[in-house]
Amino acid sequence: MAKLSINGKTFDVDVDPNQPLLWAIREQVGLTGTKYGCGIAQCGACTVHIDGAPVRSCSFPVSAAVGKKITTIEGLAEGGKLNKVQEAWLRHDVPQCGYCQSGMIMAVTALLKEKPKPTDADINAAITNICRCGTFQQVREAIHSISKQSA
Amino acid sequence: MKMTRRSFIVSSAAATGGLALGFRLPFGGPEVVRAADGSPEINAWVVIQPNDTVVIRCVRSEMGQGTITGLAQMVAEELECDWKKVKYEYPTPGESVKRKRPWGDFSTGGSRGIRTSHDYVRQGGAAARVMLVQAAANEWKVPVSECVAANSVITHKPTGRKTTYGKVAEAAARLEQPKNVTLKDPKDWKLIGKPIKRLDTADKVNGRQVYGFDLKLPGMVNAAIKESPVFGGKVKSFDAAAVSSMRGVKKVMQVGDTAVAVVADHWWNAKTALEKLPIVWDEGPNAKVSSESIAEMLKAGLDAEQGFVGNQAGNAKQALAGAAKKVEAVYSYPYQNHVCMEPMNATARYTADKCEVWVPTQDGEASFAAVLAASGLPADKCDVYKINLGGGFGRRGAFQDYVTQAVMIAKEMPGTPVKLLWSREEDMVQGRYHPVMQCKMVGGFDANNNLTSLHMRLSGQSILASVRPAIVEQQKGRDPLTFQGVFDSGEHSFGYTMPNLLIDHAMRNPHVPPGFWRGVNINQNAVFIESFMDELAEAAGKDPVAFRLQFMKEHPRNAKVLQAVADKIGWTKPAPKGRFRGVAQMKAFNSFVAAAAEISVQDGGKKVKVHRIVAATDPGYAVNPAQIERQVSGSFVYGLSALFMQECTVKDGRIVETNFHQYDSMRIAQMPRVETIIVQGGGDTWGGIGEPTICVAAPAVLNAYYKATGKRIRSVPLKNHGITMV
Repeated sequence: MAKLSINGKTFDVDVDPNQPLLWAIREQVGLTGTKYGCGIAQCGACTVHIDGAPVRSCSFPVSAAVGKKITTIEGLAEGGKLNKVQEAWLRHDVPQCGYCQSGMIMAVTALLKEKPKPTDADINAAITNICRCGTFQQVREAIHSISKQSA
Repeated sequence: MKMTRRSFIVSSAAATGGLALGFRLPFGGPEVVRAADGSPEINAWVVIQPNDTVVIRCVRSEMGQGTITGLAQMVAEELECDWKKVKYEYPTPGESVKRKRPWGDFSTGGSRGIRTSHDYVRQGGAAARVMLVQAAANEWKVPVSECVAANSVITHKPTGRKTTYGKVAEAAARLEQPKNVTLKDPKDWKLIGKPIKRLDTADKVNGRQVYGFDLKLPGMVNAAIKESPVFGGKVKSFDAAAVSSMRGVKKVMQVGDTAVAVVADHWWNAKTALEKLPIVWDEGPNAKVSSESIAEMLKAGLDAEQGFVGNQAGNAKQALAGAAKKVEAVYSYPYQNHVCMEPMNATARYTADKCEVWVPTQDGEASFAAVLAASGLPADKCDVYKINLGGGFGRRGAFQDYVTQAVMIAKEMPGTPVKLLWSREEDMVQGRYHPVMQCKMVGGFDANNNLTSLHMRLSGQSILASVRPAIVEQQKGRDPLTFQGVFDSGEHSFGYTMPNLLIDHAMRNPHVPPGFWRGVNINQNAVFIESFMDELAEAAGKDPVAFRLQFMKEHPRNAKVLQAVADKIGWTKPAPKGRFRGVAQMKAFNSFVAAAAEISVQDGGKKVKVHRIVAATDPGYAVNPAQIERQVSGSFVYGLSALFMQECTVKDGRIVETNFHQYDSMRIAQMPRVETIIVQGGGDTWGGIGEPTICVAAPAVLNAYYKATGKRIRSVPLKNHGITMV
């Protein structure tokens, strides 16, 4: 039994300690906003924050997440208010199918925490998520719009 | 429109993952059909709740392309309702069968969502408006001609008296359907043509959107599956005992002749056990096939005597024989997988009395047919609840293999809902692949260096021979779809008129199952013809745009989009230092599309940066320009990923690439700036959006690459030439 702290709540999960965190979040805890896209940390659809840093949870064992602060897409809003990335996503109508967007939003949220006004080069280096619908143009525009708002 | 008044079953699966509910309220009277919450249905398309919320029903599937928003815009345009109060829902295929298909075709492929339903969805909205206004006039006892509707409010003009749709909905629902309605003149449109935001975004930014993969039902179990990796192979044996005591495992079973599944409490446990399960396959004769043997098979077709003709004028062979100069080139295009971000899945619950399936599907009716066939139950005992898709791209329409599998597994566990999810690895090796094609191009010039003849010989795989053999039979062996973009007529007609032309196809069908992959056959045909047009222009000593325009006098809409991208990118002026440009154009899915790309290269051409693509599309009518822009730029991500990075190779009869580490996809760093020009050419037939433009990015980039390096690349993907996208 592992104790996981997710979005400020504690969950006891009965899994193999080597099981990827993604599947504990989805199947044991029941938070399905975090997605599976590849299982080999290539696509980023499963991105969550562990102690604030973006992590591809499909390739991160449950045992390594014990005692850490895990945040998923469901935990970004505070007091029912979306975070500024989510708001920008609405403003720019970013998602198409939307499946990869939880991971994309988690990755961008982590980037902006580190660099509130990222350059295109910063975005290119930090955001390596795969989106098959191809929302990248809107993703970039939305990120820059957040920088402008906080300017 | 024929509408049978019956109680209605609404799928609430997308919202709640729960069961559909439907009922007839006793106080509603016998004539009123009600939605699950008791609100009256004005007609098949429109339900209005007492709080004025308008629920618009459409049967095309939302997979990211924005079709639901576009369709709702068209209903709402004629309905004159308040857009801010619009919601949407999917009727089920079972309900459609009961009512004799009032919503038309469910199939969401071929970029048909809007272009083939715009007429009847607008009529649905208009008919509902007529009834609502009539109900208000009846209540006020005034002539209906004195009443107008706007923004869900009905006003009696002489008195200024007002009411809302929500207040008159009950009365409107009891009226007869109007027989004829007049649609607005396009110049009066207020919602159609506006860059309105999508209806489905809110739940996609907070994790609440329920995809098929997220569905939870009480008592549900999870299944992982492995089908014979060699297409056409079968299960010989498997050792269930080796894994049956593993964590969470409930059942290990054969599924049909070709697959084995493990059912467990959680999917991770099912997948883990499946990976450990010893399976022996009877691989059959296809195990000898490789990419090399397939390439040889296609190569033989390039010069074969027999070919099915898709387009011809004059006598190309004779003209080529007498040509003063000939230019010849051979091109090829590989197998590619869709790789939807959400892997294939379906959830099924079977009892002897009822079989229900929840599935992200591009075609609810195709899913329904698969449920009927796999369950053996009649239509009135089956239903399908559609869920928004995590990508479709053609994989989830005609092919319902995952639905069949889910029902077969559920039949072994009656009463227990089973969610079947494919691993990414299963998704990669059980695709319905973009077909392989080779192409030999020969152009003939006269003594004055004028192009007088062109022969385009395609050799490769037919999708329809595998998927719709009846059409091929009807066409005496020909697959007309092979000629998309170069056909002699119709929605995929060739954009050039040449004195001597022959475009024909030597059909060569390897064992790898082909499918409809976003854009379908325009992807390779655009690479072939639009690259070769540049080769011919060079041979003729002409500018690529001017050269093309020579043959486009009878194709003014093709010419217009080509000219539009040339103008916007500044074609006649020199490109910025170190930048190189290329163009391409095509007509596909009834839309006219063109692109101009601007690239630079490094390391002697080993690295390519695509800086900018100007794209023009003329679909006739633009329902939502903001969504069109997203489809154009998004399709370039799909198309350029394919051009640079993607090939499914075949070894020992199976697909080699199993995940993104071998089958890469563009990232944001590689994304060019896309500038979209929308041309509204009008006309009687509307064009598609989701697919057409995808095909022009690749040849435009290849033509720019030639300008940059002097090297003509004639086979996809570019990674095979040591070229990477940066």
